[in-house]
Amino acid sequence: MDMKDRLKIPRQPMPEQEARVRARNFDEVPLGYTPETSKIEALRCIQCKKPTCVEGCPVEIDIPGFIQLIVEGKFIESARKIKETNALPAVCGRVCPQEVQCEAKCVRGKKGEPVAIGRLERFVADYERATGEVAIPEIPKKTGKRIAIVGSGPAGLTVAGDLIKLGHEVTIFEALHAPGGVLVYGIPEFRLPKAIVAAEVDYLKKMGVKIETSHVVGKLSTVDELFAEGYDAVFLGTGAGLPIFMNIPGENLNGVYSANEYLTRSNLMKAYKFPEYDTPIVRGRNVAVIGGGNVAMDSARTAMRLGADKVYLIYRRSRVEMPARIEEIHHAEEEGIEFHLLTNPVRYIGNDKGWVIGVECLKMELGEPDESGRRRPVPVKGSEFVIDIDTAVVAIGAGSNPLVQSTTPGLNTNKRNYIIADEETGQTSREGVFAGGDIVTGSATVILAMGAGRKAARAIHKYVMSK
Amino acid sequence: MTAKILEKQRLSEGVYLMVLSGAKIARKRKAGQFVVIRIHEQGERIPLTIADADPAKGTVTIIFQVCGKSTSHLSDLNVGDEILDLVGPLGKPTHVEKIGTVACIGGGIGVAPVYPITQAMKQAGNRIISIIGARNKELLIMEDEMKAVSDEIVVTTDDGSYGFHGFVSQALENNYLMKGIKIDLVVAIGPVPMMRAVCDITRKYNVPTVVSLNSIMVDATGMCGACRVSVGGKTRFACVEGPEFDGHQVDFKELIDRQRIYLADEKECMDHYCSCKLGKGST
Repeated sequence: MDMKDRLKIPRQPMPEQEARVRARNFDEVPLGYTPETSKIEALRCIQCKKPTCVEGCPVEIDIPGFIQLIVEGKFIESARKIKETNALPAVCGRVCPQEVQCEAKCVRGKKGEPVAIGRLERFVADYERATGEVAIPEIPKKTGKRIAIVGSGPAGLTVAGDLIKLGHEVTIFEALHAPGGVLVYGIPEFRLPKAIVAAEVDYLKKMGVKIETSHVVGKLSTVDELFAEGYDAVFLGTGAGLPIFMNIPGENLNGVYSANEYLTRSNLMKAYKFPEYDTPIVRGRNVAVIGGGNVAMDSARTAMRLGADKVYLIYRRSRVEMPARIEEIHHAEEEGIEFHLLTNPVRYIGNDKGWVIGVECLKMELGEPDESGRRRPVPVKGSEFVIDIDTAVVAIGAGSNPLVQSTTPGLNTNKRNYIIADEETGQTSREGVFAGGDIVTGSATVILAMGAGRKAARAIHKYVMSK
Repeated sequence: MTAKILEKQRLSEGVYLMVLSGAKIARKRKAGQFVVIRIHEQGERIPLTIADADPAKGTVTIIFQVCGKSTSHLSDLNVGDEILDLVGPLGKPTHVEKIGTVACIGGGIGVAPVYPITQAMKQAGNRIISIIGARNKELLIMEDEMKAVSDEIVVTTDDGSYGFHGFVSQALENNYLMKGIKIDLVVAIGPVPMMRAVCDITRKYNVPTVVSLNSIMVDATGMCGACRVSVGGKTRFACVEGPEFDGHQVDFKELIDRQRIYLADEKECMDHYCSCKLGKGST
């Protein structure tokens, strides 16, 4: 096909479960490309000599390279091409904000729509997994160096994958009973099926990565004890595991959750399958979710799937300031989530049994830009109103869990208790201790944590080999 | 990690002791800390106080009362069976120092968590007055163990079938505080109404009082906030900032409300478990 024809191909739509149906089940929303649509979409890539898309990718995937292999029908080779730099393509194809990364830089986006890089990545990763032809790369001779990784989220998994391929002995310590971090406790099944995370983790295990679950570093062992046990370096990828509340009256009423708790119950503990699974969750009829990020969207859509009649998303700024991915906002609206924008809760109202029955809100208007560059929401005097609810989920962000920092002398943190680490190497103030992901940056994205993991892995390799 | 049940004892009606394998936890744990267990793949995560541990044998002892599906299931397991996940030691250890006379008060199943604290307080050189109680004589647990680490012990039963007729809080007031006997610290663990009653009394006499809270938890590492409790008007997480708090500052009303969040679900889950057990039995 010549270039002119290729330029005429429209971006291939992603088939999805119908909104009304999917709003009541936990199955994945997008159904994935077929081999045929993938090939058509892949033809839209004009194979730039200097691919700007790669610059937009935190882990520098050879994007034109893997897309060309799709054009040639070499789907498995394509998946392997991605895996050269990204250990978790099936995950990234689903949860990366491509619209602000690779796809934002795609030249086809200048006059029309960018190539659907994320959808193609997802397709080849799923294809490879479905065929069972997931190849285990050859592991070089053992170096005899031992690396401890604390936390099995995107950062930790990336470091593990990179270092095992370099011949090091790698052990991941995970506090929860299942590996995956935010991929298993935070992101819901309908956005990232847990079987996919399990398959990615399994791939690392097959390469020789050891995973010790239910091991809380900071409690069962400390960083210093890991060194005493003979580890040559430690990577801290503990994530942003501390819920933030607004500190307004009534937040401890029954039925008011942190998003961390709400999503952990539903995702990790599978409370949506109660009583087949033992962990309960409040199945509210009228649910308020506070916040405007991806976690807020995940919480709102989970509430709908748990059987709510009404789900209100309450956000203090306007739509353009919402940090959530456009696709998630769009999906939430399609599923019937009602947005109360420029609205801020001021207190929760409870009954005599301690259950939440309402949330009092204030209307806001946008003032001057604040330190984040977004216009600051300012309360409108006398605009109080009450929404009747029986459940609320506070999804206004997460802080840093202090368990590791408080038990590691000499590890410097900033005023919000995030670990201070070099942006290029992940090196912390302690020799041999590296860090990356949300515990350094604060809540960010899966792919940024993976990017930090990649850089840290390089630095750890250099460090242990020079010792 | 997976843990094996090495010993099982029925202490009283619905109350069991289990000794679990857990070498690392046994070495690390300190008085006042707890573990979280998840029995099987579909199980919930439940916190249980470490009642005792043997670093030499690499074992951890838990004592629990059957009160819902998970504890019921746990009580159905036997020596040789495995528990899928055992996590710990969690929570802050008890602040142990020599301060003089410490009254260690345990109500019902609360005697189990108060025992290791009593042991540690005794070892630190304190004079120990133990007050342990139960609804009746049959339900009383660990009397001999408590005796062994106490200078004085008072046993109470609600129905008067054994020892002091009344509540542990009443025994504390009548036998000690009212008589002007100096107590420097009270550690009280048991059902929330009991801890509240003890705190109401010790507040009157200005005796510092530590309580250990058995809030609902999920991850128990400070990540979810399920266990939040108001202490002195501030929200605290029982799993990482507790489980012990200044009893005079705890909002017990809120704690009682929060412990009732899943009452209906617990019943549904229990019914589901019982019908499954019946189903299995008939085939």
